[in-house]
Amino acid sequence: MTSGTVPDEQAEHPDPPLAVRTEALVKVFRKQRAVDGIDLAVPRGSVFGFLGPNGSGKTTTIRMLLGLSSATSGSIELLGRPVPGALREVLPRVGALVEGPAAYPYLSGRANLQRFDAADPASDPRTRRDRVAAALDRVGLTHAADKKAHAYSLGMKQRLGLANALLAPRDLLVLDEPTNGLDPQGTREVRNLIRSLADDGTTVFVSSHLLAEIEQVCTHAAVMRSGRLVAQGSLDDLRATGGRTLTIRTPDVGQAGTVLVRLGLEPRRDVGADTLVADLPADVLPEVVTAELVRADVRVRGVAVGGGTLEDLFVALTGEGFDVAA
Amino acid sequence: MSQPEAVRRRTRPFALLGSELALVFRRRRTWAMLAALALVPVLIAIAVRLTTDRDSGGPAFLGDITNNGLFVAFTALTVSIPLFLPLVVGVVSGDTVAGEASHGTIRYLLVAPTGRLRFILVKYAGAVAFCLAATLLIVLVGAAVGALLFPIGPVTLLSGTQVDGWSYAGRAVLLALYVTLSMLGLSAIGLFASSLTTVPVGAMAATVVLAGVSQVLDQLPQLDWLHPFLFSHLWLGFGDLLRDPVSFDSFGANALLQLGYVAVFGALAYGRFATKDVLS
Repeated sequence: MTSGTVPDEQAEHPDPPLAVRTEALVKVFRKQRAVDGIDLAVPRGSVFGFLGPNGSGKTTTIRMLLGLSSATSGSIELLGRPVPGALREVLPRVGALVEGPAAYPYLSGRANLQRFDAADPASDPRTRRDRVAAALDRVGLTHAADKKAHAYSLGMKQRLGLANALLAPRDLLVLDEPTNGLDPQGTREVRNLIRSLADDGTTVFVSSHLLAEIEQVCTHAAVMRSGRLVAQGSLDDLRATGGRTLTIRTPDVGQAGTVLVRLGLEPRRDVGADTLVADLPADVLPEVVTAELVRADVRVRGVAVGGGTLEDLFVALTGEGFDVAA
Repeated sequence: MSQPEAVRRRTRPFALLGSELALVFRRRRTWAMLAALALVPVLIAIAVRLTTDRDSGGPAFLGDITNNGLFVAFTALTVSIPLFLPLVVGVVSGDTVAGEASHGTIRYLLVAPTGRLRFILVKYAGAVAFCLAATLLIVLVGAAVGALLFPIGPVTLLSGTQVDGWSYAGRAVLLALYVTLSMLGLSAIGLFASSLTTVPVGAMAATVVLAGVSQVLDQLPQLDWLHPFLFSHLWLGFGDLLRDPVSFDSFGANALLQLGYVAVFGALAYGRFATKDVLS
């Protein structure tokens, strides 16, 4: 893959600071508001995690970003250009994996990519073979490139979809659930791929319902729930808003509980008979809690401050369980 | 993007057309349908050859074959028009948009980006190319089989004059073009049906059924006011091509009729597709 991005590209082209920007974006299907007024701001050069449970409106948003469906109201800018007005001009700079991969089952993986590449009027047929081969190589599909796509496993199809997004040097990659169907090894490869693309200067907008799969590569994230954006920002900012938890191990659980309640905490028993857990507000210092416990003759075996992980925030914002958001 | 800015700016509007033709003609289904069509002249020629001695009373033109092998192509095309051709044309044109939608590949063509108008035009062009290939194939196979099994000689035309084999071959190609033209309207209907659904079989069936309905309506004398507007009305009106000199009147009338259908159903297909949310 010959990435056309040079380090000082931003200096040469004073591009707008946001790769994706939406304002009050709304999509209504019949009576349901699938996307309910979201304001996305994806900084250039970021790896932006677009999180939310199944059915929270992520894919609907992505379809509108790429002009596959029209917004009911609101505005979209991709790489500083209005969508859908400037789609033709901006889409060649955007690689996309939307709603899972797709392929002509009766064509080989390589022939599929050549077809998709020919669909871009800006692509150069003289370099097509090389670019297709490079994209296949980059996703580790070279050995199966000449097999018919109907013989591909789900993971191989996913790789083919990723290769399609990488057919040309891109300024922005929009990847919808790129790790779907991949084994842990494949998931790790996708993470490495995203990292290396980001190192080239490509902005990567990646959606997932599994936070853990992309948390390690993201610099920014947004969380969707029921069509609304419930959080957005850099990972550090988001972590800071996530609550910390205090975990205390003690044989005197009842006594310790009383102390914690007195300090304004809401202790609850966690796994094991000797463990108490409580959310820790910013104004309660853990050392104060420890001192109070000792003063009350509670035998403390361990004190730990945890949480503040994105996972906790994600669960707090979106709720737990298997219910698909209505 | 810095590197190939100048190169990438130049656009190639016909790149997708080449890809579409490759897609249609590399597909095994296309080959199967073409092979089935090629069987028509072969079966006719063999059947007539085997029954020649016993002078069975078939349609008049079937008997002509025994006098001159050049009639095989003509006969095969005539026999294919009411059913076989509409069937395969319905399959190909009904698959155009719905096939891409059912595979999900339509998403990746549109974000590549292919404009929606270009997408519709290219898919239609692919279907038309198939019609042309199908009719030319019948003519070529018919001529080959006819030359193999029967004597070849000067042909007596409907106007009584005789032309040599080469002149007749030219008329056979014209005939193939006429039949291709006849299928343009049906292809446009198939394209429109295809833009309504993500289930290709549904669009194919609807197209084939409409071809049947149109031919049935064309048979009902009570509806004679409707007949000139049926897209199948001039399907068999190619007798002019066998007169001397060749009369292009029916060609013109058929072209007008078919282009009317192409304009209406092409516009409907585009109108439907241009604003459609691609959810498949």
